[in-house]
Amino acid sequence: MKNFAALTRMRIQLTLRNKMFLFFSVIMPFGFFFLYAGVFAKGIPFVVRYFLGPVIALTVMGSFWGLSAALVMFREQGILRRFHVTPVTPGDMLASSIVANFVLTLPTVLIEFLFARTIFHVTHFGNLVSAFLLIAIGTMSFASMGLVVASVTNTMQETQVINQLIWLPLIFLSGATVPLATLPLVVKRVGLFLPATYLVTGLQSAIFSSFAPWSLDVLLALCSLALWAFLTFFLSAQLFRWEPESKIPRRAKLLAASTAIPFLLLGIWENRTNRTIAQAQAMYDSLNAPSKPAASSGKTP
Amino acid sequence: MASPILQVENLVKRYGDVEAVRGVSFAVEEGEVFGLLGPNGAGKTTTVEILEGLRTPDGGHVSVCGLDPQQNPEALKHEIGAALQSTSLPDKLRVMEALRLFASFYKRRRNPEELLDRFGLKEKRGAFYGQLSGGQKQRLALAMALVNDPKVVFFDEPTAGLDPQVRREIYDIIEELKGGKKTIVMTTHYIEEAERLCDRVAIIDHGKVIALGSPRELKARSGGATRIEVRLSKPESNGTLKTLEGVVDAREVDGIYVIHSKRPPQTIVSMVKHLEAQGNELVGLEIATPSLEDVFIEMTGRRLRD
Repeated sequence: MKNFAALTRMRIQLTLRNKMFLFFSVIMPFGFFFLYAGVFAKGIPFVVRYFLGPVIALTVMGSFWGLSAALVMFREQGILRRFHVTPVTPGDMLASSIVANFVLTLPTVLIEFLFARTIFHVTHFGNLVSAFLLIAIGTMSFASMGLVVASVTNTMQETQVINQLIWLPLIFLSGATVPLATLPLVVKRVGLFLPATYLVTGLQSAIFSSFAPWSLDVLLALCSLALWAFLTFFLSAQLFRWEPESKIPRRAKLLAASTAIPFLLLGIWENRTNRTIAQAQAMYDSLNAPSKPAASSGKTP
Repeated sequence: MASPILQVENLVKRYGDVEAVRGVSFAVEEGEVFGLLGPNGAGKTTTVEILEGLRTPDGGHVSVCGLDPQQNPEALKHEIGAALQSTSLPDKLRVMEALRLFASFYKRRRNPEELLDRFGLKEKRGAFYGQLSGGQKQRLALAMALVNDPKVVFFDEPTAGLDPQVRREIYDIIEELKGGKKTIVMTTHYIEEAERLCDRVAIIDHGKVIALGSPRELKARSGGATRIEVRLSKPESNGTLKTLEGVVDAREVDGIYVIHSKRPPQTIVSMVKHLEAQGNELVGLEIATPSLEDVFIEMTGRRLRD
């Protein structure tokens, strides 16, 4: 526990000293925020509130990027092996990555809420408990996914390629960039297999539709993301490698792919019930009918 | 006598088809400075990294401070310190932060301020690791190996890649440690380093210990003969050189004739005469006092230097 705390402090210090962090964790999320709130929502408070879900989801998901890169760089440069001769465990190392990332992401999200309030005059943020739980579990689950990427790649280049391959579908097929309701049906169906879709829709349900944590939409998102976080974290600890030259076990990539199973099952179920698609559609439709903001049609199967 | 603090018996390590360590055995007594001397790729680092618990052996038995690195890695790590080869710290970590961070991992700790002072890093305490020179980085690595006041310290090639002046600075630091009763196990491919710092040396080649003893003993074993290295304009048969006055051994190593002689002046005079008679010419001549290099040449027919 003590080692974990010391490592977390180090990770936070190092990240704050890194110029790349400034770009990925400050400039990029706020860039998205102003693009969505100012351009897409045209500064209309009610519409800004609708777009807060996707904006915050992007901030939350973006964290896996820097995390996987940092861990692979640490291994590549032989930094991890220096820790290997100390009593530090893989669990200490990985958990400190997750927690440091959480501590660094949270202020950005809070500032986004603050900007929405002060600059765009959004007066109501729906159910903040639901939102906070989704932000917390979402940050940890996507960070854990970053750790898995780090465990199945050897070089920074390889990591960046895999990150790109994961990032693009996550942001384009989930409703994080283009609202899910406006995507073609076949894309929507594919989107239902992605964890990002549940984070985006869940956050929108919480902030825009004021859904409580125990509502099916929020609860399902919370549970599936939490289960996924647990699986990915456990796997990344199993596959953890201190040495730059140590080989990736052959089964590693297969195991990494198997962490997608919860969302594969959820996706099959969602494709049969169309629950999330209906909820996303209802929220989108209510943008054009401002008198009834909190659509709840998503609850009917 | 107390049992050795470190014991290695028949250690074997393979990387795929390559057998990097092939049955290495040695024991180190408490307070000793023990050196593993050998060319690059001899298996020194692999041996040390097995002792540190970083690698799993394929055979043999290892014990450090009475612990098996595979069975009790956690307990072992509190007892040992290490300056690894090819390692690094994050560029944006400050010197003092690094020492404090690593000290925080251990039950037993030394005062980081004291270590900074001792390793001449006081002015650099606030500097980023990435801004340090090679010598400063190495001094920090040595200081970090001592943060937990370890019983056994491993220095893997502590001066590799450093310029001669910085290398001597590191020698001074290690010599100072010798007074502190710590057990030090170091690897090196520098003869001077092994001779100057180590109480005992194991010479390793191709994954095997080929000679073991104090530098003085090892040199005495090679007969205490002076090494004369000559380059000739035309090839010469080894047999003839062996018959020259005072010569105990003569062989060709990488195109140079290495002659070991008990009476160097007589050997040189008779060699010049012999060469004149053969119509051969002396192109270069070098005389070296006996060193561990001679032991290595004698055992392997090769030079230790790269």
